[in-house]
Amino acid sequence: MSPADPPLSGASSRPARPGQAAELVLRVEGLRKSFGATEVLKGIDLEVRRGRVVAIIGPSGSGKTTVLRSLNSLEVPDGGRATLSDGRVVDFGGKVAKRDLLALRDRSSMVFQHFNLFPHLTVLQNVVEGPIRVQGRDPEEARAEARELLTRVGLASRVDAWPVELSGGQQQRVGIVRALALRPELLLFDEPTSALDPELVGDVLSVVKELADEGWTMVVVTHELEFARRVADEVVFMDDGVVVERGAPADVLNRPREPRTQQFLRRVLKPLDD
Amino acid sequence: MQSSLDLFGRAFWPIASGALVASIPLALASMAIGLVIALVVAMMRLSGRAWLSGLARFYTSVIRGTPLLVQLFVVFYGLPSIGVRLDPWPSAIIAFSLNVGGYAAEVIRAAILSVPKGQWEAAHTIGMSRGLALRRIILPQAARVSVPPLSNTFISLVKDTSLASVILVVELFRQAQQIATVSNQFLLIYLEAALIYWVICLVLSFGQDALEKRLDRHVAR
Repeated sequence: MSPADPPLSGASSRPARPGQAAELVLRVEGLRKSFGATEVLKGIDLEVRRGRVVAIIGPSGSGKTTVLRSLNSLEVPDGGRATLSDGRVVDFGGKVAKRDLLALRDRSSMVFQHFNLFPHLTVLQNVVEGPIRVQGRDPEEARAEARELLTRVGLASRVDAWPVELSGGQQQRVGIVRALALRPELLLFDEPTSALDPELVGDVLSVVKELADEGWTMVVVTHELEFARRVADEVVFMDDGVVVERGAPADVLNRPREPRTQQFLRRVLKPLDD
Repeated sequence: MQSSLDLFGRAFWPIASGALVASIPLALASMAIGLVIALVVAMMRLSGRAWLSGLARFYTSVIRGTPLLVQLFVVFYGLPSIGVRLDPWPSAIIAFSLNVGGYAAEVIRAAILSVPKGQWEAAHTIGMSRGLALRRIILPQAARVSVPPLSNTFISLVKDTSLASVILVVELFRQAQQIATVSNQFLLIYLEAALIYWVICLVLSFGQDALEKRLDRHVAR
């Protein structure tokens, strides 16, 4: 299914993985970004094709979250450009037009590390706020669809709860449904399980995996290497503002070529050795 | 003693009616208009444009740096010198609204800034413009934070309306003054006026509690 169909329903029809060039969803080239004197992105290229999952891994401070936020115009890069699925090109050199940033933002929706649910709205209201207020969809229809999505992620009984009444894992599943309900071309996940207690990580990752299996296009910044191995089509390893290595999960995670990748994986997998 | 009690009773309705027809409506109207001014001034401060934010700062500085009594005099007794003649009521509402606007702007600005940045980002990621995000996501959360300080502002305003007596608005205190002068019972009548202000402010405090409870419902466990 494609995200234009009712999401999260029906059997998996994931496109065949390698070799086949699926349609372009988003490409960024030469992304540069500095915060003050610190250059956090030093020329990043990334390409996302329909139905594919890109996982970005790397040490903290490597710039991976900044890349992700740039894709949603939550950060505006200082240089580089983005090409959207309709061929529109957003040039980040010089002053960027507001409508270009909005066009870019429109393609995707973000799931945040700390959920960022709206605390003054119930679970259901959190989910339908975008579809009704922004997309102008029929409220009844939007609510029905939201209930269905919430049911799919195991939250049928919590639709009228306040976010504060939910566990972290439940809040993040609401965060995912809130992003899904907008039916974006691209889902962005910013370390979606980093703020969760270990026993709650599985619930959230299984929802993300299910979405991948259904053919949603996603970019996931994550520390969960096992998840990246099983779900991603491409793993991108970033360090110090550059892409050090990229490729199929089996290559990057099992047979890394670059010393920096090897060192990072060693630290993550065997933190007590050295 | 008997005659004091009697006077206290007879003075009550004239004084209380001053509150009902003047002090309270004046405070309500000025608070409502003042909040609109405050929101505009707060947004100017937060706009990121130097000239807008500078203008807002200047406004707040003038309002907070000059006595309310002087502001009232400027509007009512001063403006006629440049040909602007206003009746006591419009003068009072203008002066009080501008005054509330200056103080409440700072409260609202702080309340907006107290909402975590992630709330703006979440609003943006679901496609909201800055204005829609402000209205639907940020202000409802800022409202909870600003109720206690805005209640303070409102309670001060209710008491400050007594200053309107000097620009000839016949409100609670003006009524009390007239009765005190005629009866020559200054202590008794002024204490009675004080008591009525206090009761009004008590009622407002209860209202504040109720409002806070209502805005707290999403954090109730």
